[in-house]
Amino acid sequence: MVCLLAVTGIKFYLWSVLSFAGLAVALSALLIVAEQFLVNYGICKIDINKGEKPIEVDGGQTLLSALYSNEIFIPSACGGKGSCGHCKITVTAGGGPLLPTETPYLDRKEIRADVRLACQVKIREDIFVQIPEELLSVKMFSATVESSIVLTHDIKEIRMRLNEPAEISQRPGQYVQIQAPSDEGPIFRAYSISSPSYDENVVELNVRIVPGGIGSTYLHNLQEGDPVIFTGPYGEFELSDDPDVEIICVGGGCGMAPMKNIIHTLYDKWPDRSCWLFFGCRTTADVFYLQEFEELAKKHPNFHVVYALSDELGEGEQWDGETGFIHLSADKFLEADLARQAFLCGPPPMIEAVTRILEEKGIKPDDIFYDKF
Amino acid sequence: METSAIIILVAAVLTNNILLTNFLGMCSFIACSGQISTAIGLGTAVTFVMTMTSIINYAIYYFVLEPLGLDHLTFIVFIAVIAAFVQFVEMFIERFSPKLYFALGIFLPLITVNCAILGASLFMIIRDYNFIQSVGYGFGSGLGWMLAIIMMAGLRQKMRYSNIPEPFRGVPIAMIVTCVLAMAFMGFAGMVSIQ
Repeated sequence: MVCLLAVTGIKFYLWSVLSFAGLAVALSALLIVAEQFLVNYGICKIDINKGEKPIEVDGGQTLLSALYSNEIFIPSACGGKGSCGHCKITVTAGGGPLLPTETPYLDRKEIRADVRLACQVKIREDIFVQIPEELLSVKMFSATVESSIVLTHDIKEIRMRLNEPAEISQRPGQYVQIQAPSDEGPIFRAYSISSPSYDENVVELNVRIVPGGIGSTYLHNLQEGDPVIFTGPYGEFELSDDPDVEIICVGGGCGMAPMKNIIHTLYDKWPDRSCWLFFGCRTTADVFYLQEFEELAKKHPNFHVVYALSDELGEGEQWDGETGFIHLSADKFLEADLARQAFLCGPPPMIEAVTRILEEKGIKPDDIFYDKF
Repeated sequence: METSAIIILVAAVLTNNILLTNFLGMCSFIACSGQISTAIGLGTAVTFVMTMTSIINYAIYYFVLEPLGLDHLTFIVFIAVIAAFVQFVEMFIERFSPKLYFALGIFLPLITVNCAILGASLFMIIRDYNFIQSVGYGFGSGLGWMLAIIMMAGLRQKMRYSNIPEPFRGVPIAMIVTCVLAMAFMGFAGMVSIQ
């Protein structure tokens, strides 16, 4: 009797599960068939920068993925989910109306100028877009990890040798987007290049581990010889060519990468140029690259390095440099009213404090560049 | 005698308004009742989907679930059908009327999670409606929901200029107004009656 009940019970459950599964399959099949017929827009043309480079793609996909498959790499950190707002390009015609998913990332000026998020624009007809020449020269690189060095308790220096293409032409201050695997397919994370521009076969990064961060965890776990894929270079910063313009670099936390690139590139080209590096750390455990820069300063007397610790010294710690927040050091050392260009990289409160000091010293807001993170 | 479909339709709009008597579909009702134009867009979409899913769910229930003795799957099956249907409608409209597609925009996917739609399908089963009655009920409930959200949007547009005490601004006053609206609709009770 009990046995019979159990058998009926199991039958009942099986039957329920099977019927629901059958219904789900039937519904999905119907949707897939419908998609075949309904979401088929044929071949559409993407006209980039008024006919300089027209390409033909299958309609129905997003602009971002269509450009991507044609090797035009628009920066995107979220992989087309509409949550980073990086993939802004100008769509002059054929993009349809602005979507509610885009408005949070666009300001009024951009909306008036037809700026759209490429990942949200679906290709339904021939479409006309404008992409800065800069982005058209972005390439996808495959590279091999050459070394991975621990700089501090949470920062690693990762050096990658390029395989294909074997050379990168980058300017100091630019960044690359590293492709990292995740549960939902590959994602991209931006990192500034710390190797100097004259090192054309290498891309070096400074990566701070973020607990739970997909990109930084992936990079920290890389071993020598592992393959890496990234796109780049991105970024609009341009170092002033005038040797009389003094360069001010202010970094905090792990915002060292672009500074290292700027300084080495600078002294390779102009050995006598004046440059200040201010770097803010919490404790002595966060200090890195100091020796390297002090040696560089011995070779180039116009290069000045200032590291400052913001936390109190612990027991047994030795420090003969500056203390306090880094904007105070900048205030102390910089003279007012010189021709200057400044590059800042660090947490937002630091950027704001330093920007205020630099403006007091007579640097025009247009000459202050920054990376907030 | 069986209640005629017309009476059920009128009752679903006025006396048994699914939103104001059953309080179903409140989330999108509160969220999208800021402007009359959006309310009309969402209301139209809800009416259309509610009518169509009533028809499809009627067929699935009486031709598949009941004969096979799978009544306990009603909820999950109805939800799956509604979700799939909304997907289909979205693709269809996108293809054949991009204008309407962009006008409805984000509302179509929102409908998938509108409990009034599921509610209408379930009531139709509980109340033992026949096919014609079910169509009338589904369509009427949609119209009723649309009527309620349009009235609410009108009221909220007016309220923008009134001096509401600070703690009541936004959602609290919207809830209070909904209650007043629901009480006003009780005035229709007795006009026509369905269970």
